[in-house]
Formats: sequence, C-alpha cells, structure tokens
Amino acid sequence: MRKTFDLEDLDCANCAAKMELGIKKLDGVKDASVSFMTQKMTVEADDGVDFDALMKKVVKTVRKIEPDCRIIM
Amino acid sequence: MTRRQKKTLIRVIVSAALFAAAFAVTHFLPLPWWAELMLFLAPYLVVGYDVIFKAARNMIHGQVFDECFLMVIATAGAFAVKEYPEAAAVMLLYQVGELFQSVAVGRSRRSIAALMDIRPDHANVVRGGEEISVSPDEVAAGEEIVVRAGERVPLDGVILSGAASVDTAALTGESLPRDLGVGENVFSGSINVGSVFRMRTTGTYKESAVSKILELVERSAERKAKSENFITKFARYYTPAVVISALLLALIPPLLFNGEWEVWIHRALIFLVVSCPCALVISVPLSFFSGMGGASSKGILIKGASFIEALSRVGTVVFDKTGTLTKGSFGVSDIHTNGVSAAELLDVAAVAESYSNHPIAQSIVRAHGKHIDPSRISSLNELPGLGIKAVIDGREVAAGSERLMESLGISPVCGEGCSHDMRSSCVHVAVGNKYAGHILISDEVKSDAKEAVSVLKAAGIRTVMLTGDSARVGNEVGSSLGVDEIRSELLPEDKVAVTESMLGDDKKRTLAFVGDGINDAPVLTRADVGIAMGALGSDAAIEAADVVLTDDDPMKVSLAVRIAKKTMRIVRENIIFALAVKLAVLVLGALGIANMWIAVFADVGVAVIAILNAVRAMRVDRSDII
Repeated sequence: MRKTFDLEDLDCANCAAKMELGIKKLDGVKDASVSFMTQKMTVEADDGVDFDALMKKVVKTVRKIEPDCRIIM
Repeated sequence: MTRRQKKTLIRVIVSAALFAAAFAVTHFLPLPWWAELMLFLAPYLVVGYDVIFKAARNMIHGQVFDECFLMVIATAGAFAVKEYPEAAAVMLLYQVGELFQSVAVGRSRRSIAALMDIRPDHANVVRGGEEISVSPDEVAAGEEIVVRAGERVPLDGVILSGAASVDTAALTGESLPRDLGVGENVFSGSINVGSVFRMRTTGTYKESAVSKILELVERSAERKAKSENFITKFARYYTPAVVISALLLALIPPLLFNGEWEVWIHRALIFLVVSCPCALVISVPLSFFSGMGGASSKGILIKGASFIEALSRVGTVVFDKTGTLTKGSFGVSDIHTNGVSAAELLDVAAVAESYSNHPIAQSIVRAHGKHIDPSRISSLNELPGLGIKAVIDGREVAAGSERLMESLGISPVCGEGCSHDMRSSCVHVAVGNKYAGHILISDEVKSDAKEAVSVLKAAGIRTVMLTGDSARVGNEVGSSLGVDEIRSELLPEDKVAVTESMLGDDKKRTLAFVGDGINDAPVLTRADVGIAMGALGSDAAIEAADVVLTDDDPMKVSLAVRIAKKTMRIVRENIIFALAVKLAVLVLGALGIANMWIAVFADVGVAVIAILNAVRAMRVDRSDII
C-alpha cells in the first residue's frame, strides 16, 4: 500500500533528505520519498503492515528531525 | 511571506538595531569586557534563540552535525575568544541569509508549482434541471456540465452545445486556442476562452487527462537523478569531514607547533560556518524541479529527474515513423483492381480489416463508409505486421503486405493505370487465393518533421527512422526528412530488437525512442528514454514512457533535449560554484585570510545565488542552443 501526504512548513532540503532516510529505515517501510520541492511525502508499506500504526512511527521520525514540519493526513 | 518568515524578519530588524546600538556604544565608551559581552549578547539572543534551542534539541536526539549546532558552536567560540561583535554579526547574518533563502526557495517552488498546476477547482454540473457547483471528483461519467467563459474544463468530455474555443496551453503548451464543434472531444485542464458551452463527461475525474498529468508530475520527484543522489550522499560525509578538520585545525597547530590557541580556534570556527551543505542540497533538486516545471509548461511531461539526466546525454533518437514524423491519419488514395470492381475490392478489404485497430485498417473501413455485417466473417486471423487472413462470405480473403502475399504464393499484378505513388503504403488483397488488386493508402508527413530532424542532427544526434512499411515507402519518407538511418519492413517485435541492438552503441550517450504510444509500449520501455507523443489518451503509453508529449509536435523532442541540457548545465554550475567557493573559504580560513563574515557568505550567500541560478532552468526559449 502506498500513500502520499502533503507536508507543511518543511523548509530545509537537508532535513527532507534526512527524513527520507529515517523513514526508509523504519520496519515495514518498503520505500519512502520526501520531496522538498513538491512538499510531499510518499510512504509505501510492505504487504500486511498496519498502515496507521506505521504512520505513527513515521510522524515520530519526522517530528524528531524537524519539529515544525506537519504531516497533513 | 509566511507567518514564520515575518516573525523572523521582525527579529532580524530588532536585532540589527540592537547590534548597531551596541557597536556605537562600545566604539565611543571604554567598557569592561562583561558589559561589552552583555551588549552584544542581546542582539545575538534576539535573533538566534531558536537556533540555540534547535541545536540543543537536536543534540539530545543525537544529531551532532546539525547546521544549527554548528552555528552555535561557531558563535559561542567567537564569544569565547572575545570576538563579541563578530559572534553577534555572524548569527545575525546567518539568520538574514536563512530568511532570504527560505523566501527565495518558497517563491520559486510556488512559481514552478503554478506552472504545473492545472487542477480545476469546481465543476458546474446540471442535475435535475438545475446547475450546481461541485468538486470535480463528485461528477460521474455521462453527466452534463456547463463550462463558462474563462473557466477550466474540469473533466474530459464531448461538446453538447455551443461553439467552444479552448486554450490548451496548460496541457500542450500550444498557445493558439482551438475551436471545437458539437460532438468533438474536449480535454480537462483546457481553459474556455470562448463563450459558455455544455458538455457531457466521458469519464470520472480520476480518469481525466488532468489527473493523469498531475499524477505524473507529482510522482516525478520520486525518481531522483544520479547527481541528486550524489549530493545527498556527499552531504552526509561533507559535514563530518569539515567538522573533524576544524577540530584538527584548532588542536594541532597549538599543541604541536606552539601556535596561539586563540588564533587557531578562531580559524577553526570559520570551518564550522561553511560546513553546511545547504547550497547544494537545495539547489540541485530545485534545478531539476524547475527544469521539469519549464518543460511541463511546454507540454513536455518528464517523469523524473533521472530522465533529464539521460535526455541531456542523448546520442541517438529513434523515431517510429507513423504518428510521430507522419500524421498517422491515413486515407485511401487509389484502388487498383485485378479482375474485380473497385467497390467490390474495397468492400471485401473493409470487412476483413473491420476488427483491426491498425490505423491503415481503419482508414480502409472509413473509406468504405457503409455498415459492415460481422456475420459475413466466419474466421479471422490477424498477423501482426503482415496483415489479415479471413474467410468472408465463404471465400478465403487475405489483405496485407507484399510479404503476406509472398507467404501465400501469390504474386501481385500491376494492372492498367497502376502508377505507384512512392509515399503510399500498399494493401494487397487476394480473394480465393487469386490476386484481386491493391489499395493505396497515403499518410502525410508532419510539417515540422523535417526541421525537427535537422535540429537534432545539427546537435550531433544520430536520427533513425523505423517503420513497418515497405522499404520503398520508408526510404522515400526517410530521405525526404533527412534522417541518418532508415529501417523498414519491421514487425513490432523487430522494432524492439533493432532498438536493443543500438542501445549499446555508445556507452556515454543514451538512446531515445519516440513513438505515438500505439503498439510500441515495449520499445518505449526498453529505450533509455522512451518518449510518447500525443499520448494523453493512452494509459499504456503513459505508463511505459519516460517522457510524455501532450501534443504531437515533433519539434518537442528537440525542445525536451534542450531543456534537459540546460538543466544539467545549471546543475553542474551550481555544484561547481558552491564547492569552489566553500573550498576557497576553507583554504583562506585556514591561512587566516578569510574571516567569519566571508564564511557566512560562503554558506548562505552561495545558497541564495545557487537558488536563483536554479530557477533559470524554468525558462526555455528557442534561443537556447541545444
């Protein structure tokens, strides 16, 4: 399953790269992409993974790297 | 400006005033060191408290090489070596630069996004005799909608009433408005520049041209170019490397060579200020993004930054003749018979071809024009690239190429008045194993095709034309256009094989294949860059291609190459410029020539210049050399 989210107040390109790396390392994430340009995040989960639970971890990762950045769900 | 940017601006102004006051006071009054420290600490904290806060928080999270952290260390170090004005000024300048950078990026991001934003915001749907305004995704297929003057067509559909004049610039880059009559198709995303018209939707919003384009554009950011990945990787090593050299610079000369601690610590701090890779990390993806934005405003949808890279190195462009160099709209130009009447020949050919969606087959059906009774066909076999064998009205009928005739052991006969038009394709027909005649089908060469080929050739790009037609037709069309190489009489699978054989020709340069998306998805996928032309209607082509041209202008191929080359040039400029300035400042800093002010410029100033340069990729015109 893959979903795309809008991001708000993502204003550092390096942070976007760090977020992408951080999210990719999470268990259950097949692929992830954080685009600073389109201010969008795409998360692709492995099959059979609880997406909502995974998103909680994603939110936590994002907050750790850039606390001002919000994921619009 | 966002609220956050405004807040930062106010803090910068307040801090600048405090700094000026502190500077004036310390200049005229001899003060003890602690009073001076206090005076400069005030503007420092006003402008930099959030940086300090962020640095502390990131350190707790274990991110030591964070930009904020480095700024704090650098400025704290400056305070420690009693360079109070410098410490405050560096933080102030850093924040000014960050603000500028954030505004510049935000602005260019929005202006590029605006180029690509063709999202319709509402649809006026007619329900129960009343017109209501709803969101486009609430409209079903087959509903009637009203498009007023100046409005964006929300969904794909057919015109019901009113003479529409639509501007398809957002879709195709074509600026001339197109006039559409009743019954004609209208694409979502075009703008009604004429008067109000009514239309019936032919699909839902999800299936519309607009959705397809948006999806393509939005996903394009995911396919990162090699140089983008290089930069993110580089950034991961660059910062730690610079910080470690700063540490060595601060420790080694004083410890081993009796250097003065203050001097070397101060020089090391300069290293920390330039250690942020921001200029690169922002400007490289921004350059690609603005290149893709500029391209999409011209009707060239590039599926990812990696294809800009590939397109910029293109060495060979392979065209599929039909639909790319020629119009692909065939017409029957002549019928030559052998023992049957022309009407009879056309009738039997049309019945045979009635199930094929090949453009030539369809042109015969169109020329026939009458109703075709499917029960007349008792068996039908389509041989790709050759033609059709069928049993019609109990008779064996074969319609297709000369090769099909050969395989049946039938030799074509030229009757009276049989003068071959060199540019025509020939459909031979045999009835009951006897040659019955042939139908000449002609296709027009696109008016821009010759120029498109010559522009590519002038740029040193090899041009190849593939066609399923006979060598006679292929050579005639190909040589009139001036293509370097012509391969004809190819079956669909031959096109894949020919393209594949050319792929390895030159390791440094890439191969682009241009097709109209009909029957050539395998080749589109196989080529380094698959370019589908006028392919908005075909999902398979959009899926298989790397670059989608929304209209069928062959000049767009060279324009796409031009945009790619310009974008790559800007990417290289930015990488070299940012690295060169940073390296120079590192060297000058180590030698004690550069001060911290210059270092701040090398950090944020360079980032801003690189951002402004990146935005140039958005603007492409004919004067840009290929």
